[in-house]
Amino acid sequence: MHSVDVRSITKSWGVTTAVADVSFAVRQGHLTVLLGPSGCGKSTMLRMIAGLEEPTSGTIEIGGRDVAGLTGAARGVAMVFQSYALFPHLTVSDNIAFGLSVRGAPKAEIATRLAKVASLLGLEALLARKPSQLSGGQQQRVALGRALIAEAPVCLLDEPLSNLDAQLRQDLRREIRALQQRLGITMIYVTHDQTEAMSMADDVILMRAGRIEQQGAPAELYDRPATLFTARFIGGAPMSFLDLDDGASGAVIAGTTSPILFAGPGKGRVLGLRPEDVTVDSAAAPGTFHAVVTAVEYLGGEALVTCRIGERPILARVRGKDVPAVGAAVGVHWQPSAAHIFEASSGKRVATEFGSATRPKLHTVSH
Amino acid sequence: MNIHIQGWLLALPAVVLLATFTHIPAIKTVIDSFFSTPHGTRPARFIGLTQYHSLVADPIFWRAFTNNLLYALITVPLAIAFALAMALWVNGKISGRAGLRLAFFTPTILPMVAAANIWLFFYTQDYGLLNQIGRAFGFASVNWLGDPTTALPSLMAVTIWKEAGFFMIFYLAALQQVPPDLYEAARMENAGRWQVFRRITWPMVMPTTLFVGINALINAFRVVDQVIAMTGGGPDNATTLLLFYIYQVAFTFWDLGYAAALSTVLLTGLAAVALAQFFLLDRKVHYR
Repeated sequence: MHSVDVRSITKSWGVTTAVADVSFAVRQGHLTVLLGPSGCGKSTMLRMIAGLEEPTSGTIEIGGRDVAGLTGAARGVAMVFQSYALFPHLTVSDNIAFGLSVRGAPKAEIATRLAKVASLLGLEALLARKPSQLSGGQQQRVALGRALIAEAPVCLLDEPLSNLDAQLRQDLRREIRALQQRLGITMIYVTHDQTEAMSMADDVILMRAGRIEQQGAPAELYDRPATLFTARFIGGAPMSFLDLDDGASGAVIAGTTSPILFAGPGKGRVLGLRPEDVTVDSAAAPGTFHAVVTAVEYLGGEALVTCRIGERPILARVRGKDVPAVGAAVGVHWQPSAAHIFEASSGKRVATEFGSATRPKLHTVSH
Repeated sequence: MNIHIQGWLLALPAVVLLATFTHIPAIKTVIDSFFSTPHGTRPARFIGLTQYHSLVADPIFWRAFTNNLLYALITVPLAIAFALAMALWVNGKISGRAGLRLAFFTPTILPMVAAANIWLFFYTQDYGLLNQIGRAFGFASVNWLGDPTTALPSLMAVTIWKEAGFFMIFYLAALQQVPPDLYEAARMENAGRWQVFRRITWPMVMPTTLFVGINALINAFRVVDQVIAMTGGGPDNATTLLLFYIYQVAFTFWDLGYAAALSTVLLTGLAAVALAQFFLLDRKVHYR
């Protein structure tokens, strides 16, 4: 069942279009992340679902009901703001209970719900404090509590963790996800952080310039990025891109006399490789691409090695123990299935046939 | 050079000015209030609390005091209410709000004497603006400033008109400090306009209300120019306020000792108000 159904929503202010003809559906009990760089329209989209902005055109259905003209609680959604938007003059309990008391809920009901939410979020000891007396993480919990207490079927979160430090962000990420799954809430979560999206989401909607670039499970976006933009945006360490050229019998890496990658034209295409798919070997190994190590970024358990193939750098993730020296001549290779091929002009993924060259081989070495 | 000496030297110009024109005269006034008024050959002599005894027995002092109290109790809340209402209005998204803001602020720029003259024209018997309008609706002519029952309220109206625009600026600044997120959070909970005002706006502008309230209260006890320009304290002391009475005692009746005693009473009262601000109310107000 669809909990939130967004149908060709457009939002424009004068000549600027923030969201252009966006449609998607969020299933009940799922966590959907709206992901994208700043200015891509994800927050505007969220605010339209919240009812804080009216779309220029299109409809939004929540629980099968057209919610045009309704805001927040009236359309069955609650929201956690990026700044938390806690009322500085109210105590934690008054902040959490604000919505219920505004809507005139009976005192006894407010008290039981407050106790429930407080224990859920571990806020029992803080209920009498003011927001200014809380740490960032505690404030975030209060904001979450305020969104959860009404038990609205849909919960919206607008970059809720962006003001927290890295460690806390990781903890809260897990906590929010666990809470969402335990309570079975439908969540729409806006972030620009792909790590948050990948680690929390059931579904990721990647937006770019007001449109949906790609939508799917995190693994789909990671494994089969449909465009160069997605390929660049998703993934911890950035994907390396190498321009291709037409070789004697297939596509080769531009500016090199590298082995044939696949049969077919290479010119105007781009090869994308994730660092984790690239293996660095000694240069002598057969079936590898010649490369020179130009930089090493040591990360502890592993290291990011930057190599140069022809004119372009390529990143490889290696185990921390096997780090080659800078300046060393090495051979790099990868599984053919790990190669992502894109059309350079349109940025679209090309469905490549690896039939003729299933493995890169050193069959053209010329000096 | 010693850092303390250096510090005091830097503060010296301000200290000299404040001491010469504020602190020393204030202390001198308190001292003078325990002496008789010198007359020609008769020098001032110490008479203890005699001035204060006559003050307690002086019906005009009590009249001025109650007038002033009434004046403060009515003008302060009304000026604050109007200021906040105007600020809320011109803070909204309305066309021509810059012009509105300016219009509301204009009374503040006018010198009191000029404003008083404008209002004198409004209040004039028979051909004043108010009476002309009143007559058009069939009301009898009222001598606004000449009738003891309407004279003080008429003065209050001028004060409210003049102060509200000034206080509006403070409220406008305070309203713009309230994060818009808070209003959106309230909107998400479907809070009505009144609830938003009572639960968010009002507490968030409380520091400004306190500041404005204290200032308005102090101003209310310092009004003198308006009384001089409009009524001269009449009719029958109906518009005599404390500072005006002090001015009259000192510079019309030349009873400087008694004026010093009156000043001391006023000064003590104002100091108490200021102290109340710092120690009592401060704690109950939410500051960000």
